[in-house]
Amino acid sequence: MSGANLFFLQLINGLNIGSIYALIALGYTMVYGIAKLINFAHGDIIMVGAYISLLCLNAGLPWYLACILSILVCSLFGIVMEKLAYKPLRKASRISLLITAIGVSYLLENSFQLIFSANPKPYPGFIDLPTLKIGAVSISANYYVTFIVSVALMIILNLFVQKTNMGKAMRAVSEDEGAARLMGINVDNTISLTFAIGSALAAIAGILYSNCYSPINPTMGSLPGIKAFIAAVLGGIGSIPGAVLGAFILGMIETMVKAYISSQLLDSIVFAILILMLALKPAGILGKSVKEKV
Amino acid sequence: MLKVEDMVVRYGVIEAIKGISFHVDDGEIVTLIGANGAGKTTTLQTISGLIRPQQGKILLDGRDIVKEPTDKIVKSGLIQVPEGRRVFQQETVEENLVLGAYTRKDKQGIKEDLEKVYERFPRLKERQKQLAGTLSGGEQQMLAIGRALMGKPKIMLMDEPSMGLSPLLVKEIFSIIREINADGTTILLVEQNARMALSIADRAYVLKNGTLVLEGTGAELLQSEEVQKAYLGG
Repeated sequence: MSGANLFFLQLINGLNIGSIYALIALGYTMVYGIAKLINFAHGDIIMVGAYISLLCLNAGLPWYLACILSILVCSLFGIVMEKLAYKPLRKASRISLLITAIGVSYLLENSFQLIFSANPKPYPGFIDLPTLKIGAVSISANYYVTFIVSVALMIILNLFVQKTNMGKAMRAVSEDEGAARLMGINVDNTISLTFAIGSALAAIAGILYSNCYSPINPTMGSLPGIKAFIAAVLGGIGSIPGAVLGAFILGMIETMVKAYISSQLLDSIVFAILILMLALKPAGILGKSVKEKV
Repeated sequence: MLKVEDMVVRYGVIEAIKGISFHVDDGEIVTLIGANGAGKTTTLQTISGLIRPQQGKILLDGRDIVKEPTDKIVKSGLIQVPEGRRVFQQETVEENLVLGAYTRKDKQGIKEDLEKVYERFPRLKERQKQLAGTLSGGEQQMLAIGRALMGKPKIMLMDEPSMGLSPLLVKEIFSIIREINADGTTILLVEQNARMALSIADRAYVLKNGTLVLEGTGAELLQSEEVQKAYLGG
């Protein structure tokens, strides 16, 4: 394959993994914006979404029902997780919340290992569309579907946050919770909604990811989760466009490093980026540095 | 309209409000004056349901709202203009105003009230597409008041609306408060600027270390030796 074609292929790969990271990073960033919580269990929702859809598919349900059920279960799960684990700690220190989030993450991974065993399970990919040929490069359906679905969801999310009353409430709570309460906004419901949306996006990410990278296992969400977290930090945590931008940048860097530098060094380079970013511009590319209120 | 009975608020072991009772009648401007740390803001936040009192009743039109969440209290028409304005800096002026009408469903009414707010505050109309964070302090105060008006308040709680403003703007804000009151909104005003507050108030209470130590009409308290000495600079 020629150099140009190889590069083009890597570009496609970068967009694919970037899309997945973006879907996950959106949940991280939205939850952070509203609840000021880094939900380290967020990555594991991908895994929950993947397993629920696998169960449905194995039970013979059509793919769309499997997707809908998986999204619904994950949304509900996100709400329950917030109510049980995080809400009682809303007035506690950030570090307690962070430790709790890590605890929830382990709880999920280990209970799924208990139920489904730690063995990888093959995921019956259901995206059955023709391969796209551009010049000498062929793009598998998984790749372009992932990209299109992610971009569509980002546009919908953006419209939701900008135009609807609930979206406006989310923005208000994220900027000033107390003032939002004084507008008559029900902050608890707004937080629940945020967890539900974030988890729904993670479920979709899990389904798309499983289609591209079968088989699945109970710890499959952990690394993409952390990468998406890095993407959110890179773009500016709390910022929705920042999360998307950070995710695509990270996806590109990853595939280019893998293709042209070294696939063994991949994760070290990605984490080095996080460290550099935190050292040089902790607010992220699109993040605003928070001024102390006087 | 609003009646507070024997309200006690503690932060940990510190008793910030030590059992106060007061009332605001329909159509009145009532002011709560007192020094920094007297418990004025705590009182307003407790009435709005942001803080829960350990004891006491808060009656809004005869209904005890002490256990109700803030969004329900706002829906009942008790709306607060918080200390420090607390406008949404990253939203535009118009978005802030629309957020003020969050609990309302009558689209036509919201549109009309938006026009009314713009009529009352032409400066806000000029800046309707501007981010609230770029406004001056006086404009932000007007926005905070306009935003509260968008919720159709029966009673408006105002926490230090004059804070940080030039004397000229303070005068303007107080004449606006009077106008709002004349249009039928009851007002509970908390102020450190005792002279201004007393001059527009029908009645007033003096809060000191979490206790109400004096009450009377605005004019009475303006004349009171005690008030003059402690709050009006002799």
